[in-house]
Amino acid sequence: MNKNDTYWKTNLKYLVILLSIWFSVSFGFGILLADTLNQFHLGGFKLGFWFAQQGAIYVFVILIFVYIYLMNRLDQKFKNDK
Amino acid sequence: MELQYWIWIAVGLSFSLYIFIAIRSRASSTGEFYVAGKGVPPIANGMATAADWMSAASFISMAGIISFNGYDGSVFLMGWTGGYVLLALLLAPYLRKFGKFTVPDFIGDRYYSNVARAVAVFCALIVSFTYIAGQMRGVGVVFSRYLEVDINTGVFIGMLIVLFYAVLGGMKGITYTQVAQYCVLIFAFMLPAIFISLMVTGNVVPQIGFGAAGSDGVFLLDKLDGLHRELGFHEYTTGKKSTLDVFFITAALMVGTAGLPHVIVRFFTVKKVSDARKSAGWALLFIAILYTTAPAVAVFSRTNLIETVSNQPYKTLPEWFGKWEATGLISYDDKNNDGRVQYVADPATNELNVDADIMVLANPEIANLPNWVIAIMAAGALAAALSTAAGLLLVISSSVSHDLIKKIIKPDVSEKGELVAARLSAVGAVMLAAYFGINPPGFVAATVALAFGLAAASFFPAIVMGIFSKKMNKEGAVAGMVIGVLLMLFYMTKFKFGWFGGGTEKDWWFGISPEGFGSFAMMVNFLIAVVVSKFTPAPDQNIQELIENIRNPNDE
Repeated sequence: MNKNDTYWKTNLKYLVILLSIWFSVSFGFGILLADTLNQFHLGGFKLGFWFAQQGAIYVFVILIFVYIYLMNRLDQKFKNDK
Repeated sequence: MELQYWIWIAVGLSFSLYIFIAIRSRASSTGEFYVAGKGVPPIANGMATAADWMSAASFISMAGIISFNGYDGSVFLMGWTGGYVLLALLLAPYLRKFGKFTVPDFIGDRYYSNVARAVAVFCALIVSFTYIAGQMRGVGVVFSRYLEVDINTGVFIGMLIVLFYAVLGGMKGITYTQVAQYCVLIFAFMLPAIFISLMVTGNVVPQIGFGAAGSDGVFLLDKLDGLHRELGFHEYTTGKKSTLDVFFITAALMVGTAGLPHVIVRFFTVKKVSDARKSAGWALLFIAILYTTAPAVAVFSRTNLIETVSNQPYKTLPEWFGKWEATGLISYDDKNNDGRVQYVADPATNELNVDADIMVLANPEIANLPNWVIAIMAAGALAAALSTAAGLLLVISSSVSHDLIKKIIKPDVSEKGELVAARLSAVGAVMLAAYFGINPPGFVAATVALAFGLAAASFFPAIVMGIFSKKMNKEGAVAGMVIGVLLMLFYMTKFKFGWFGGGTEKDWWFGISPEGFGSFAMMVNFLIAVVVSKFTPAPDQNIQELIENIRNPNDE
């Protein structure tokens, strides 16, 4: 397999993992499972409500910065291999 | 000092700053006019994107809408932030690597077809115009509320300012004014929010404060749920909308955000691919500051409103109540003549109507903050409206001068000629936007949702498949975009304007509201594109190479 393919496959793997988390915290915890999670509390917040109005947004920000880190590392490795 | 003087000072100073920046960063080439010469540092681009993105509606209306809808308001919070994850991971780096000027550029080149390009231009123009009319109106409304001038005069002043810096500076001028506008608007939003959080919960961080307990030791959200039950409203922390509809609306707003041309084009302005990724991260961080504060403001002002007015004698209500009553944003009708305010869910006995915008606009007064804070709020609201208007304006002018004139109608136009055309179309677009701001078409409110649905149903699938599938061809992409957009237009006009026989909530397909239908139309787009591409010839070798190239982050 050539280097471009390896690079692309790794990129796709990162995307699948990160987008699964993206989906879980918003559509999962914030919407589909919100009623179930609302039985639990985080301080004064019902957990499902917290994910929908706070938690999901924090995770989104973290996800992008993790992606930046992973891709910079991958770019670096890819460059060195050349 | 008088409030009016403070407001004129704050607005005057902020406007002078924008004009000063515009004069310092004039554009002298098409590259500078369309994409700021591709030299914007990631943090600056993040701030510019945040200002570009957060409109008058985010600044003034969103917290209020959440305040009245509780959990159901989450669709805006997740929808308008989650789209940035899609942008950062699926679009921004590759479009930056592609390295041209506009979204139709990418669609036209990747799908080797001027038909595809023209469809993209058409979508970009519809999306941007529906959006910009709302922004110009927003400028007018802010002027009229804070400065007591006529709405039309307000639209006119706003138009002159945007005209000046967008036409002169193009993307370069817009970018650096947006950086300044972000600073103004975030300061203006956070300052009263922090003070109110301190006042209500004793916590300086609003995001934590609204999960804390008030002075009586009861958690704020539990108290609010209790008040809501007592007055017959739906519980604040759970939803009234169906789970399926919340799901579809959130998805449509996310995907729509990622498909909005004025947001995408901001990622063309940075130096390299890794900077495009970084800008998306910074942009979302800067946006998240406002978006995580807004739900806190919503809870504080909702609780405050109910406690201040519910069952209180009308005569003893605080001063701000009377002031906002005069603007028509609050109205009180003593139906049972007991001199008290009955604020309940049942419309037959409810005596109070409150406009959602109050929740942010009246904040400084509710928290007893000094006049200069109100002045900064005015400057912040204007910054939010102007920055978004300018970004949209640029998309409109580049769609006309670059995508239509240079790429389709008259390819031999000189760079100088194209730059003149870009400036002229910006002038034309501002005038048209101002016209819509002064004579708002009745459908403006409805069409903002339409803009997201359209972006989701048209651009997003075409761009994503253009990057991630080497097999997607022009027949598939064009068929997908055209059918996606037409389906979306059909559904919106049917249920919003009563065309094609109209219909009510009962007739919604699968119970999906028009606001959420963009997700459905997007899926149809994907499906049609894939099916059609299976039966038509795959793209040429040079397109395969183009895709290889945009996937490779290195510059050569």
